[in-house]
Amino acid sequence: MPEVPAILRRGLPWLLLALAAAAPAALSGYDLNLLARFMAMAILALGLVLVWGHGGILSLGQGVFFGLGGYAIAMHMKLADLPAGEMPDFMVWSGREALPLWWAPFGSATFAIAAAILVPTLVAALFAWAVFHRRVGGTYFALITQALALAFATLIISQQDATGGFNGLTDFYSILGFGLASPRTGVGLYWLTLAILCAAFVGLRWLTASRFGMLLRAARDGENRVRFLGYSPVPFKVVAFAIGALLAGIAGALFTLHAGVVSPALIGVVPSIEMVIWVAVGGRYSLAGAIVGALAVNLARDAVSSAFPELWLYCMGALFILVVTLMPNGLAGLLKGRAA
Amino acid sequence: MIRNKLLLLATSVAAAALSACSGEGGGGAAGSGDTVAVGVLQSLTGTMAISEITVKNAEMLAIEEINAAGGVLGKKLNAVVEDGASDPSTFAQKASKLIESDKVATVFGGWTSASRKAMLPVFERTKNLLWYPVQFEGNECSPNIMYSGAQPNQQALPALEWAAAQGYKTYFLIGSDYVYPRTANLILKKHIEKGGMQVLGESYVPLGGTDFSGVIAKLRQAKPAIVINTLNGDSNVAFFKQLAAAGLGPKVLPVMSFSIGEQEAQAMGAQLVEGSYAAWNYFQSLPGDANAKFIAAYRKKFGADAAITDPMVHGYLDVYAWKAAVEKAKSFEPDAVRKAAASLGGFPTPMGTVSFAANQSLVQKAYIGRLKADGQFEIVSDSGADIPPQPYDALAFPGKTCTL
Amino acid sequence: MDLFLNQLFNGVSLASLYLLASLGLALSFGLMRVINMAHGEMLMLGGYLAWATLLVVPGAAGILIAMPVAFVGAAAMGGVIQTVLIRRLSARPLDTLLATWGVSLVLQQAARDLFGAVGVEVRAPAWLEGSVELAGVVIPTARLFIIGVAVAVLGGLALILLKTRIGLLVRAVNQDRMMASATGIAVGRVDLAVFCLGSGVAGLAGVMLALLGPVTPSVGQAYIIPAFLVVVMGGLGSITGTTAAAVILGVFAALAQLFVDVSVSQMLLLVFVVLFIQFRPQGVVAVRTRQLDA
Repeated sequence: MPEVPAILRRGLPWLLLALAAAAPAALSGYDLNLLARFMAMAILALGLVLVWGHGGILSLGQGVFFGLGGYAIAMHMKLADLPAGEMPDFMVWSGREALPLWWAPFGSATFAIAAAILVPTLVAALFAWAVFHRRVGGTYFALITQALALAFATLIISQQDATGGFNGLTDFYSILGFGLASPRTGVGLYWLTLAILCAAFVGLRWLTASRFGMLLRAARDGENRVRFLGYSPVPFKVVAFAIGALLAGIAGALFTLHAGVVSPALIGVVPSIEMVIWVAVGGRYSLAGAIVGALAVNLARDAVSSAFPELWLYCMGALFILVVTLMPNGLAGLLKGRAA
Repeated sequence: MIRNKLLLLATSVAAAALSACSGEGGGGAAGSGDTVAVGVLQSLTGTMAISEITVKNAEMLAIEEINAAGGVLGKKLNAVVEDGASDPSTFAQKASKLIESDKVATVFGGWTSASRKAMLPVFERTKNLLWYPVQFEGNECSPNIMYSGAQPNQQALPALEWAAAQGYKTYFLIGSDYVYPRTANLILKKHIEKGGMQVLGESYVPLGGTDFSGVIAKLRQAKPAIVINTLNGDSNVAFFKQLAAAGLGPKVLPVMSFSIGEQEAQAMGAQLVEGSYAAWNYFQSLPGDANAKFIAAYRKKFGADAAITDPMVHGYLDVYAWKAAVEKAKSFEPDAVRKAAASLGGFPTPMGTVSFAANQSLVQKAYIGRLKADGQFEIVSDSGADIPPQPYDALAFPGKTCTL
Repeated sequence: MDLFLNQLFNGVSLASLYLLASLGLALSFGLMRVINMAHGEMLMLGGYLAWATLLVVPGAAGILIAMPVAFVGAAAMGGVIQTVLIRRLSARPLDTLLATWGVSLVLQQAARDLFGAVGVEVRAPAWLEGSVELAGVVIPTARLFIIGVAVAVLGGLALILLKTRIGLLVRAVNQDRMMASATGIAVGRVDLAVFCLGSGVAGLAGVMLALLGPVTPSVGQAYIIPAFLVVVMGGLGSITGTTAAAVILGVFAALAQLFVDVSVSQMLLLVFVVLFIQFRPQGVVAVRTRQLDA
């Protein structure tokens, strides 16, 4: 088959970047906000390329880490706008008398941002280590992560007086002193999201090309062979999974800033597995593909679900079936014509 | 070759999706030309769709009736319908689309507290107005929302007063695990204790949960005089079914439900819940010409056996209240409209004459109904006078008031 | 004490549901190393088939007719999924998860369009209504019946696997797929038979669920994740392991509810399983194998 011209292949990321840079001038506030949300999701998708594509680890619980990041930043915003001595509104109507101890440090923005990054990473590392070091993996791991997504969402809902429950956390006014209602804050957050997306892209490109990436792929393709060569695959898989969670946490924090709400509806079983399909559409081995996939699926959802809401679930189902069976390397596979 | 075509297809799909998203704002601005855009935002998909679609239908019926009668201030209403997909962040996103891209004058919609909470900052930021049609847990009071559904003192507390008057002294509270049940029960517990009565137990089951074996074991142990049930949706079927199997049918153990209306009763099979109680501000069986006319109009459009429920009537009356307020204010401007609505005085609705209080919630009666075998409620008690809405229960949340 | 005994019984009852929901998964996972994420929808299909059967044959015997109908219907649907989709993905178990999740979405939405989003109700026959009291424990007859069905299914499966020719073939493929294939066993057909059998059992489980609650498009989702945990904990393809895991998890979940809400007990269930695999990563019953990549 004819190769796609190299100029197109190499030029595509730059073209996308140019389009993204032009967006604040070209789009309305609403559309820019929408794009920024989807770009936040693309950051999570990049992490999945490392975890799933290169690591061969299928995570059906990525929403958990997305949620941890989102809740960390949301807790800070709930506290930041509070008059001294008051509790967040939902605690009052849930009958709580005092702020839970573990909420208090989130009053500090630095702590909250650090937590949004570190908590998902550490939780993921611990969880992955607990499962992988006993040589449980593959399908078992996927099923356990799905149970994790269910358990985490259910737990948040049931602890309403401390987490906001089913409603989640919402009604934020400012972040670091910038009013969220101002369009300028929206544009600033957009640039921040774009910058982090680019940094994640470049960082992961370096990582996957490094020795670490090579051993990760080796562990994916022949775990026992890697063991015979004297390496333990466990640390590689744990680190990859933790980096995926780190990016998911950052994505969750950014998404919460753009959407103005974080709730269990965003982090349960169904949203978690949909995150995987973004990457499947774009191509599980391709970083650029993951970005395109996350944007395309979410844009399509927005367009289709407005016009034909009932149709969307069929589309989603068909997408899962067709992409996975017929296009295992996604859109990127079409471009390259072969697996990476 | 084939791959090239696929690539072309993929890029054109992506381009189409992009242009659909970033496309022009659509709809005319509020009050310009001879139409005015209004938003209807309910869940048309997902777990809440079953309830919310009927509210959407009722809201659309009112809009059509108003258009057929000449519109509002000489302008026809152009309803822009969006799907909240049972997901709070989607509600927030679609609300901001309706207001900022479609330039709607006002929005009718929402069901869960989660959806309302997520939309609230959007309405406050854009200074638009949301008409919210469902009973809720109170504890909120925003100038940008008109709350026509019952506050706790208009549904939960009248139900408790009724139960106390019947001589029930011991209570068991069971609900789905989300905000309304937990907060409503918090308020109820305070009032039960104050009345010298007892709460023997409290249990929550995840939304959509269907296993009640543990809850029923606790119920059996506690032996309450009456159960107050805030379960949502299909969980109710499983609960009543397993209750009956354990020999605790509604005739043995009375149950008072806050989320079972005519539609739910019809779907569950009324014989299962026959004899259980519900509290609402509207029952389909209410007398009056306005109600008969509304039921007939709805059924003509949406099916002869459609059940009519409290939230549907609230959705329907919201549209008419908005029309009356716009005409009083002679403006579509949300700030003028909300002020006009609060000073509108009584207006006729299928549930009788109601009015909006200064705190933008509806002044309305409460009714207790007992479910009959045909799926309709026999009204066994009503509050008599209209109940003024109290967003903050004085006993559970002392010192809180609503200031707009 | 009464409460404890009651919950112990409820645990056994829950275990019987977990078992019926997970047996099919465990069988085909042992054989093919794939998990069908649309397995929950086989439960749903069984439930709707029971509802439809009872419309045609009302009365005391309706439920007994509904059981074979649901079994056959779900088995046929399972056969279609296996032939059209899973067979093609046999070398890619993780992709099978995703593709069958797509099937699950489509089936749920199709059920919503066909039967409506509200659940339909299956009325248990008179002989399954009511309850018996035993040593202070009130036991609903329907739950006793379900436990009986679970035991019968277990016995039936054991008979099939141990005493029939097809069972022999299944055990052969289970032990060494390549070797079995080399001796002329039509491995693909064995896969199909097991998959149909497993889906049929799930259909039966759907009928049982219909006795306890409404049949909704998402009825399978409520039980599928505990069923996955049962498979993880049970060990590869072992019916004994699956049964033990179902009983342990069912009783654990029910007893946890003595102390915490249902929501928290779900979290504890997961914690329990993750802790369990720290000690026995091969599952309750470890199948001995000389293979490196089991």
